[in-house]
Amino acid sequence: MTPDGDTAAGTVDEEPRFSTWTGTARGWMLRRLPPDKLLPEDQPSYVASWIYVFGMGAIAALVYIIVSGCILALNGPAWYHVSGLGHFINSTHLWSVELFFMFMVIHLWGKYWMAAWRGGRVLTWITGVIAFVVSIVTAFTGYLLQTNFDSQWIAFQAKDALNAVGVGAWFNVTNLGQILMWHITLLPLAVAGVVALHVVLVRMHGVVPPLDAAATDAQLQQDLPQRASVEGEHL
Amino acid sequence: MPFLGQEAVMRGSLLAEAGIPAPGIYLGWGSFLIQFGNLIVIVLMVILFVVALFLPFPRGKGRK
Repeated sequence: MTPDGDTAAGTVDEEPRFSTWTGTARGWMLRRLPPDKLLPEDQPSYVASWIYVFGMGAIAALVYIIVSGCILALNGPAWYHVSGLGHFINSTHLWSVELFFMFMVIHLWGKYWMAAWRGGRVLTWITGVIAFVVSIVTAFTGYLLQTNFDSQWIAFQAKDALNAVGVGAWFNVTNLGQILMWHITLLPLAVAGVVALHVVLVRMHGVVPPLDAAATDAQLQQDLPQRASVEGEHL
Repeated sequence: MPFLGQEAVMRGSLLAEAGIPAPGIYLGWGSFLIQFGNLIVIVLMVILFVVALFLPFPRGKGRK
């Protein structure tokens, strides 16, 4: 596909114009997320701190949750409630969720105290909030799938709250089959999708600099005019 | 007393076999009540957060 007009594709000064939606979409994506931003080789100097590790820690835990969840789904409850290996995988599925939430909350604290929504990163912050909320719902449906007195107690307490807010008719926590489907299909897809969007937004806007970051940093120097104008609008 | 301890362990295992979760340990100060396990998780998160702020980050080899 070639761009319309006399302008050659790939020119720096003038953006190529496309007549097809695929070309337009490709141009739109490449402008916002060029390959060197999507998969960068290095990060600004201020990222060399342990406080920046917890986001990736949460993603690592999420990968294990999904892998162990796939193993549990393939073998079924007759396996993971009875066999030794099944118990083990079931337990690591639970403990990786514990780690996921711990890392996510520490990531949240870190980003809150460095006001990570600065510099046009509001959507990154909002997708993080949505990821947190959807993860809570997913973990909740996991508790309901223990199929013991604990899960029965949780379900019958929760149904009153869900009925009170008016969603009990289509999100029935006492319907085990429905909750199983939510837990192993819809909600994992939602969590993975929101987290993927969150990571793409982080790549697009770069890791937020600390409040007292040195203006001599390479990324800050590069983005300074744009960031200064964006932050100036909010002052 | 060891006898009471054994009895408690036996009762715990019977509850577990019946699928009934152990009641858990709760700590309370006035109107504030928290389960011991939840308190451990929160304290652990605060410790990790503070350590992450002050622990030096290792320098990568061969990096600019």
